[in-house]
Amino acid sequence: MQTIDMASTELRELNSTLQAQSKKTDDAEWVIENTRGAHALAVGLDAPIKVTVKGSTGYYCAGMNKQADVHVTGSVGPGVAENMISGSVIVEGDASQYAGATGHGGLLVIKGNASSRCGISMKGIDIVVHGNVGHMSAFMAQSGNLVILGDAGDALGDSLYEARLFVRGKVKSLGADCIEKEMRPEHLEFLADILKRAGADAKPEEFKRYGSARKLYNFNVDHADEY
Amino acid sequence: MDKTPQTLPRQNWTFSNEINSEIRRAAATGIYDIRGGGAKRRVPNFDDLLFLGASISRYPLEGYREKCETSVTLGTRFAKKPIELKIPITIAGMSFGALSAHAKEALGRGATAAGTSTTTGDGGMTDEERGHSEKLVYQYLPSRYGMNPDDLRRADAIEVVVGQGAKPGGGGMLLGQKITERVAKMRNLPIGIDQRSACRHPDWTGPDDLEIKILEIREITNWEKPIYIKIGGARPYYDTALAVKAGADVVVLDGMQGGTAATQDVFIEHVGQPTLACIRPAVKALQDLGMHRKVQLVVSGGIRGGADVAKALALGADAVAIGTAALIALGDNDPRWEEEYQKLGTTTGAYDDWHEGRDPAGITTQDPELMKRLDPVAAGRRLRNYLAVMTLECQTLARACGKSHVHNLEPEDLCALTIEAAAMAGVPLAGSNWIPGQSGF
Repeated sequence: MQTIDMASTELRELNSTLQAQSKKTDDAEWVIENTRGAHALAVGLDAPIKVTVKGSTGYYCAGMNKQADVHVTGSVGPGVAENMISGSVIVEGDASQYAGATGHGGLLVIKGNASSRCGISMKGIDIVVHGNVGHMSAFMAQSGNLVILGDAGDALGDSLYEARLFVRGKVKSLGADCIEKEMRPEHLEFLADILKRAGADAKPEEFKRYGSARKLYNFNVDHADEY
Repeated sequence: MDKTPQTLPRQNWTFSNEINSEIRRAAATGIYDIRGGGAKRRVPNFDDLLFLGASISRYPLEGYREKCETSVTLGTRFAKKPIELKIPITIAGMSFGALSAHAKEALGRGATAAGTSTTTGDGGMTDEERGHSEKLVYQYLPSRYGMNPDDLRRADAIEVVVGQGAKPGGGGMLLGQKITERVAKMRNLPIGIDQRSACRHPDWTGPDDLEIKILEIREITNWEKPIYIKIGGARPYYDTALAVKAGADVVVLDGMQGGTAATQDVFIEHVGQPTLACIRPAVKALQDLGMHRKVQLVVSGGIRGGADVAKALALGADAVAIGTAALIALGDNDPRWEEEYQKLGTTTGAYDDWHEGRDPAGITTQDPELMKRLDPVAAGRRLRNYLAVMTLECQTLARACGKSHVHNLEPEDLCALTIEAAAMAGVPLAGSNWIPGQSGF
């Protein structure tokens, strides 16, 4: 295990060091200290390494992550794990706006609350939020799964494509073209697995499933009020 | 023959036949008119400017004898690896999806042969495109379709698209007819749906956020790639200043004649400013910040020939980008397809239903049979020839003004034919020293 102290290390040096780790690296575990809310921390990683970020971060922590497992002990700013391809990002605290935005794959776990637009335009990522999510979460979400153990704010899943949304708490309102859907056995099975992987203490049967009504997929003047 | 003389039937200027046909179309369909291309209305443009040429006080350079350089380097501000181009004419962003794979390949071939760059679009980077483009600019768009760090790293530059001239404030649109299996897979969408791209980025809002977003992209790409910021011709002074503030290496400024694959006609014709009106405010923003020529300015939107290139450079641009003109060079709207245009209810030069995917020329389509009509090698050659002609024309004009590099052209080399063009371009009205808005008369 190696430790990098951000009090004495430039961001470029930190990211460059982590990005240089290859698939066969011997330095599989890294700890970053004194993050002091830095932006773009541990971005563009592409190796099966474990990175523990001690403290809180600014924007885009673990952006475009591939393969790496990033664990943040504090809270994160906007756009954590944005456009993630694979690997995992676990946040012990809260997340600001756009958590997991446009993510293509991997697992993002927010153990606190996530602010507005969580999972916006997600394209295959799985996101589990132990707490609540803010308004317009999963806006234009294309694929992947957003699992919310708490409540969801206004306009959940607005203009949704094929992403699946699971909510245990209350939903303040659903966005355009987002509807509640039947919870089938395969969904319960999926939930049981992802809840376990996300360290979440909840039962699949407690959730409701939401998805796209697919009424806005092709323009129809009779649905113009929905746009 | 004692009939009372009749006045000729008089058409209504306000309710013209063209306007009335749109009213009838809207009434029948209930949906706004969607089309491709840029603004078709007459707006002040480069034709309204003239070069003064050399005179007793300025001597010209000998054509074919004395060198007139055309090279340009983009991305000298922060990027470790700026882009070196042989000519100041680049190919603008156009997506695979909007264009066929053959068309994208042809653009790459033509641009590479001419020593310039081409640009991806809303739909990600294809291997064919990368393979045929020696210098490829990768667009970073609100939709983030196909966006991934590997393509970021294999790009030669990254263009963060904030807006485009055809629709400043609008997002992309690709209708179901063109969402084939391959296009759908690249965009992670169901086949055949109407795809509406977001009009703003999902994970940043405003210039302060953009600065951090650019930091992230630079960190992911080792600070090697030039970062362009593309803006539509809305508020060019402030948008250019904010792009510089956010850390751009290059500002790409697209006026309202700039094309799009598909959007509402009302958007194309009624939002944004003419390219001619955008250049001087953008250049002034760069000059006010002490960044002119340090942050390069690429101008696009209605560039058609070497005279347009030379005039844009004279007004302060470092390079131009062409989209519509490049498609015409490939074979778009070619008279050879007139019979088929007629069947589609249009005619050569007016065909703009690019979103329907039925392009007789095989360019703005995903139909396998139509695509075969475009030979990417021959089309690439036509584009190379066209770029060569534009460059020669630009050099000819520059030499006539006594310039040994096309970048030495300056506003002082120009006059305007109309008061409007004089005001927009900030050059004197021909035969006077009057620059409307700047000097008295």
